[in-house]
Amino acid sequence: MTFGQIALWGLVVGFVMSMVIITGFAYTTLLERKVLARMQARVGPNRAGYIPLPGRGGQEKKLLAGFLQPAADAVKLFFKEDPTPGKADKVVYNIAPMLAVIPAILILAVIPWAGKIPGLVPEQYSYFAIVPGLNVAVLFVLAVTSISVYGVVLAGWASNSKYAVLGGIRASAQMISYELAMSLSVLVPVMIANSMDLGVIVEAQRGGWIVFLQPVAAVIFCIAALAELQRAPFDLLEAEQELSAGFNVEYAGMRFGMFFMAEYMKMVSLSAIAATLFFGGYRGPFVDQVPVLGFVYLFVKIFIGLFLMIWIRATFPRLRYDQLMLFGWKRLLPISVINFMIVAVFIVLAQEGVFAPITRLFGF
Amino acid sequence: MPNQILVDYLPLAVLLGIALFFAVLLPILSLNLGPKRPSQRKQSPYESGMTAIGEAQRRLPVKFYRIAVLFILFDVDIILLVPWAMTFRDLGYYGLVVMFIFMFMFILGDVWVWKKGVLEWE
Repeated sequence: MTFGQIALWGLVVGFVMSMVIITGFAYTTLLERKVLARMQARVGPNRAGYIPLPGRGGQEKKLLAGFLQPAADAVKLFFKEDPTPGKADKVVYNIAPMLAVIPAILILAVIPWAGKIPGLVPEQYSYFAIVPGLNVAVLFVLAVTSISVYGVVLAGWASNSKYAVLGGIRASAQMISYELAMSLSVLVPVMIANSMDLGVIVEAQRGGWIVFLQPVAAVIFCIAALAELQRAPFDLLEAEQELSAGFNVEYAGMRFGMFFMAEYMKMVSLSAIAATLFFGGYRGPFVDQVPVLGFVYLFVKIFIGLFLMIWIRATFPRLRYDQLMLFGWKRLLPISVINFMIVAVFIVLAQEGVFAPITRLFGF
Repeated sequence: MPNQILVDYLPLAVLLGIALFFAVLLPILSLNLGPKRPSQRKQSPYESGMTAIGEAQRRLPVKFYRIAVLFILFDVDIILLVPWAMTFRDLGYYGLVVMFIFMFMFILGDVWVWKKGVLEWE
């Protein structure tokens, strides 16, 4: 392929996938409101858009009630007044929402969405992604998720409001604390698959998902991802009772919407990363015969991840800040260090053939 | 044939362009579509309806600084493990021993920090 063709590939696939993910983000907000409402015995948004069906007793039955709510929210956010506080640092205040959104879109680059689909994936690549064959994909994910700390902390600092400053500082301390455990747990699938290419990691799960080999790393990754996303029970930066809204309290209009967008897009993409690293990615039954099924499997896995996050939010109370720090530094970090070492020892011993007599004994 | 690294990373650069496009477009739309009625009250920092007292950007508790320093130390340690995790299959027992010495120092530092009470959040 020539240079121009690859650029075109990036443009088309990148644009389509980011459109998919922006739509996905919009409907994640709706999903969250609907599921939370049902878990609290409410109905949730049901006015904006429905399909009327004749029901029993002459009453109208409403199908898919509220499916236009995300569009209504977007229009509302665009047409709201978007003031800049007088005491804010104008430049940083404007840059912060951009710094939140850009990493959220960039994480999408390395997610393998499907296997090798003939006619859709270029010859030299073995899977469908925006940047296929990036051999530092895992490191890229870690780096980009770290960059999103800047958006939060700069927004809080530039707003020059006490709630915002406190929220931003809290958020940055929380995110960097859980990043250690997250990096160590991400290294476990890398060691098992012996590659940092996410597509290779998915193909290494042909025989079985890594979560069955390494449930500890999977659990640590999921907890740390929740903390990175500042989802409940780790949503301390927007503890309403203490900080009203945290770092984005001074933002309004679409610039507030951008923080919202970044959070939900990161929910979607970190679900995809978790599915890719531990839960078999796009692999599932018959995916070798019909590669297009890869999209379906990955979307189902992302949906399950999102649903679990919403369920957790509806179930667990928020942690206290000292409990959060204690859990991150004194529990999660030592466990992940020890787990990392155990995995390394087992892989080296298995490679050197130490387990061969035992497996022979059981007749494998 | 262009440089292979350039080819591998070209879609990433394109995606960065798309991300920048969205990131610049959204605030511009928002700033131009909405009404503009600034007032003294609206411009003042939010403090639950009270008049803001004092500066917001003041000195922060030193605890956050300690966490940041610790994060840098431990994160550098973990980043050093990444190339090791890619090559440890070739290194065999030697790599394992070397990693254990490295991790021993890592854990020693962690224990020292713990015993010193740096991680306490009073």
